[in-house]
Amino acid sequence: MLLIAVTLAVLPFALAQVGTAWVRITNYAVLYILLALGLNIVVGFAGLLDLGYIAFYAVGAYTYALLASPQFGLHLPFWIILPIGALVAAFFGVILGAPTLKLRGDYLAIVTLGFGEIIRVFLNNLSRPVNITNGPQGIGGIDPFRVGEFSFAAPQSVLGLELSGPIKYYYLLLAMLLVIIVVNLRLQNSRIGRAWEAIREDEIAARASGIDTTRIKLLAFAMGATFGGVAGGMFSAIQSFISPESFVLVESVMVLSMVVLGGMGNIWGVILGALLLSFVPEILRWTVEPAQMALFGRMLIEPEVIRMLLFGLALVLVMLFRPAGLLPSAVRQRELTERHG
Amino acid sequence: MSLLECRGIGKRFGGVQALSGVSFSIEGGEIFGLIGPNGAGKTTLFNVLTGIYVPDDGGFAFDGRPLEGMKAHQVAAAGIARTFQNIRLFANLSSLENVMIGRHAKTRAGVWGAILRNRRTLAEEEGIVRRSLQLLDFVGIRARANDAAGSLPYGDQRRLEIARALATEPKLLALDEPAAGMNATERIALGKLIQAIRASGVTVLLIEHDVRLVMNICDRVLVLDYGEKIAEGRPAEVQSDARVIEAYLGRPRAA
Repeated sequence: MLLIAVTLAVLPFALAQVGTAWVRITNYAVLYILLALGLNIVVGFAGLLDLGYIAFYAVGAYTYALLASPQFGLHLPFWIILPIGALVAAFFGVILGAPTLKLRGDYLAIVTLGFGEIIRVFLNNLSRPVNITNGPQGIGGIDPFRVGEFSFAAPQSVLGLELSGPIKYYYLLLAMLLVIIVVNLRLQNSRIGRAWEAIREDEIAARASGIDTTRIKLLAFAMGATFGGVAGGMFSAIQSFISPESFVLVESVMVLSMVVLGGMGNIWGVILGALLLSFVPEILRWTVEPAQMALFGRMLIEPEVIRMLLFGLALVLVMLFRPAGLLPSAVRQRELTERHG
Repeated sequence: MSLLECRGIGKRFGGVQALSGVSFSIEGGEIFGLIGPNGAGKTTLFNVLTGIYVPDDGGFAFDGRPLEGMKAHQVAAAGIARTFQNIRLFANLSSLENVMIGRHAKTRAGVWGAILRNRRTLAEEEGIVRRSLQLLDFVGIRARANDAAGSLPYGDQRRLEIARALATEPKLLALDEPAAGMNATERIALGKLIQAIRASGVTVLLIEHDVRLVMNICDRVLVLDYGEKIAEGRPAEVQSDARVIEAYLGRPRAA
């Protein structure tokens, strides 16, 4: 435990030795973990397949961007905007949840997929007649997190330690991640978490056991969306520029893959999945090119192609050999391996 | 006042009249049997009473409150708990978790309680576990508390479903063919369990094909045939009723 804590604490400095880019990559990985944990509530806990999850990330990101950028000349502090973004995202979660209450499985997946696209298309086109989102050009100059004079973006020296912007964000993200892990663990092991499990297992039996499935499902959508919204706000601040391009379908699929690959329903599995799918492609990007140069003297295959190939291969292998994920939850394990009755 | 009072309940599925004009009442503290040949409308009536179907005609009052048109979870919260003919457990969850889920309507902790884990939530959780273990003990499967529900032997799954239903603290427990698939020994034990449930103050509505079980433990019996009530009364009376015999065995050939 202590070992992990120390490792996490010194990690950014070690990474900064390799290159600041790696600290940034780590930060994005943590953002993906936040997203994957949020989606895990909807997909893993409540069993509602959501293919448009990135929409909530987008809602959170745009809420932050609109309230803290030159776009409207608003510069609210982040500790006001993040909760607003979370609320707005939760509201959109309920908007998505309400009409889809009766849908399950594939049908729900299609509707959520459509929802994700609708949000993106809206962001793309809300530049006319009134310019709200600035359309495909995106919004730039977004404020970083700032508390008084202390800005998370500017480098700073504390007690002789050089803290770059990404390093500061790293600690902020890490703190956020810890909070969200605790929240997830507690939710899972609670009256609400059990109700989600009940719905996933058998909705009719859940109702007969006194569970208001409508409310509990909406709650799952809202909670999942809340986490997405918070992650989106942080993304906005860290990037300082966002455009609809960041919120395409592939991103939803990516987050879902993290959840499935790691182990739906198991928080540690989901974290592992998010880490793998964020880091492995980056490592490949940095190794494939030099490796090919060394072997063949020239680039034969683009790193991007190899990345997608390996990604596909990894998913196929996991589904074949560990269908419940790399670190499956005990319940999912039973679901996929045993036959009942 | 009766615990459950049904007035002229009717239910159609397309052209099929599954129930028509069924009226009866269940008194608090009795074991009430509902029998009839296959397709007589027993399960349909059950599903109307537990909020899965909305009746087309008539209505029913439970504990003095009209309940028709309520949703299943509201019916459960109002005090009617049920089991299913084809067992519907949360098969991948442990037996204990199954019963704990039954406590949902009687407990309150929400998202904030879960996240903050304040004293009230912790006390509530402790109460849920304690009560659930008691119920597992009551139905006789305490030793299997941590096993996956789907891995239990058939008879124990039935018992677990009853424990989950009892966890909602019902006034009326509705059992849909609880003895189906049980052997003779298990049936006798089930009869004892149902009597123990009644002794604990819960009224029981029992759909059952096993005539011996019904005759042995029910105080009164309602017989359905083609969606209509054909007899109601004490088991011995019903057993000798000409229409009941006809429904089960056919009309005696005119000699």
